Amino acid sequence: MSGLVPVLIIVLAAIFGAVYMANVFRRYRRNIAVGGLVGAASATAGALLVMLPLNFCTFEPERQTIDRVFGFLLLAIGVGLVLWPVNWFIRQRFEGNPLFATQTQPGAFKGWLTPALLLLPTLAILAIFLYYPIFDTFSLSVLLARLGARRSVFVCVDNFTSLVTDPSYHNTVIITLFISFAIVIIGLALGLLVASMAYQPITGARIYRTLLIWPYAISPAVAGVIFLLLFNPAGGFINYVLSNTFGFSVPWLQDPTAARWAIIATSVWKSMGFNILFYIAGLQNVPNDLKESAAIDGANALQRFWYVTFPLLSPITFFLIITNMTYAFFETFATIDNLTRGGPLNATTTMMYRIYQIGFVNQDLGKAAAQSIVLFVMVIGLTVLQFRSTGSRVTYGA
Amino acid sequence: MTSVPTEKATQVRVAPRVQAVQRRSWIPKRWYAHVILWIACFLIGFPLIYAIIASTQNNAMIFSYRFTPGPYLARNWELAIVNRNLGNYMLNSTIVAVAVTVGKTVLSLLAGLAFVYFRFPGKWLVFGFVLLTLMMPTEILVVALFRLVINLGWGNTYLALIVPFLASATGAFLFRQHFSNIPAELSEAAQLDGATPLQFLWKVLVPLSWNTIGALAVIQFVYVWNMYLWPALIIQGQERQVVQLGLRTLMSDDVMTSYGPLMLGAVIASIPPVIVFLLLQKQFMSGFQLTRDK
Repeated sequence: MSGLVPVLIIVLAAIFGAVYMANVFRRYRRNIAVGGLVGAASATAGALLVMLPLNFCTFEPERQTIDRVFGFLLLAIGVGLVLWPVNWFIRQRFEGNPLFATQTQPGAFKGWLTPALLLLPTLAILAIFLYYPIFDTFSLSVLLARLGARRSVFVCVDNFTSLVTDPSYHNTVIITLFISFAIVIIGLALGLLVASMAYQPITGARIYRTLLIWPYAISPAVAGVIFLLLFNPAGGFINYVLSNTFGFSVPWLQDPTAARWAIIATSVWKSMGFNILFYIAGLQNVPNDLKESAAIDGANALQRFWYVTFPLLSPITFFLIITNMTYAFFETFATIDNLTRGGPLNATTTMMYRIYQIGFVNQDLGKAAAQSIVLFVMVIGLTVLQFRSTGSRVTYGA
Repeated sequence: MTSVPTEKATQVRVAPRVQAVQRRSWIPKRWYAHVILWIACFLIGFPLIYAIIASTQNNAMIFSYRFTPGPYLARNWELAIVNRNLGNYMLNSTIVAVAVTVGKTVLSLLAGLAFVYFRFPGKWLVFGFVLLTLMMPTEILVVALFRLVINLGWGNTYLALIVPFLASATGAFLFRQHFSNIPAELSEAAQLDGATPLQFLWKVLVPLSWNTIGALAVIQFVYVWNMYLWPALIIQGQERQVVQLGLRTLMSDDVMTSYGPLMLGAVIASIPPVIVFLLLQKQFMSGFQLTRDK
């Protein structure tokens, strides 16, 4: 598309970026003009990143309102994708975060060739097998492309806008969020309960800990296989216990709701070891004198836990929410593929499982790439949250 | 005048309460902690114990809920290992997991060395380039990665399972973090002695980094051994397939899966990662600073 509209859009993005970064520079008492320039440049880069592959097609006159709205959304995502990291790095440097200090230890070796050679393999693999595929996913998402076919057709943002009006996709998103939230809430609550027993210096604490955390090493696929037998509707052990004690059994893998809970139970079992491990570590770092002074003030055990221990655990809780969400988004794939294969009636088809079905069963690469990007945006949201919290410090040690 | 007895009463009440709290936090807590921990250990362990018992039984025994080992272990073994070639899948998984674990540890050590002990222009930019990959899970790229690896001609090869996973931000950061806590005097002394960076890495840094190396090794080995979606897509035949997918050959879509061999397969497939995890548990905890420094 040519003409005035693309220019206007780029200028709009550039002004936004300039104002935003000038403001950041002003707050740190740096040169506002430099900030404006950096902001305008990064916002322009971000806008071009999404709009050049699209050739501004969302703003063509014959396009519908939904395309234009989506065009602005993409524009915002593109600008954010460049502006956010730039902003983050610049602020880290202004604040003197040692993570980004250019000066390292006094005994540093000299020369640039050696570090370049040392970093070359890492950077090459990251560029070829992570950065390039991200770029390729974006370019695939605007195409009608089939697996194995040589030709492809440019379809603008149709692969995205068709998701907005597709009720089965809405359903997939709701199922994904339901399963994810259930895994996070149940997994963290049970993990904290068990950890608050296991962190104490009781007899056999080490043996208990080992017996509690080993499922970390079990694969989501094996978890699915074992629970396939446990949840077997005809003669599985869980239904055997249920019918003998409560007089009923559940068609675990045939009923949509029951199947979702079967996936949730399997995933909670599998991720329990990880949750317990990190909560034990967190609980051991809660200073005893705080709990004692709360006890002297007359707080009972429950109050001490809720008002003293739990707030002090929030960095760990936050870190575990992120890792459990990531687990629920991606790793549950193997469990689902072995236990329910997305069924019955797509009741356990998560966003990741759908990407697999669309891309590799239906062989529609463009649609699968578009859905990958939706998931990507959700993951970026989670990562931004993680970086804004103390979570990143928890992961790599203080 | 009335306030004095109240104060006295409060003082009298406070002291025993503190004692009571201390007593409560030691003696009674123990028994209910033990009860809850026993229940938790049992519930967490039950699925695996159940699978181990089922791997010695046939379907008739499994569905009559006998919790004693059956006589069918040899038959299940023959079906899973000999007929369905589970040994081959185990070998493939071992090759891939060991290659990625060793390769990634080496590349991460080199990257950590460059980030901590060198000065070069644009270091923070390179660091940012690595850092950003933290928000790019392979699963999201799977469509494009598939196209790329097929175009490279790596379909159905070990290369497809190994090379894309040889580098990661996690590894580079773990070592970067660990190296920056090592006293600077060591690198100065090494330079005075005329050691090259690689000699310094091998003779000084590596012996000081076994905990971090162990922690990274556990994470990587477990991660790669348990990989599922990627091998499912890129490996088509049975010859190079990994064990997580090999289990699928023990399931049948029609009438009735034979659960004995399937459970045996699931148990065998879990042995290597569990052993690696248990052996390196201490390193895993201290490498992540999960245990209190004392």
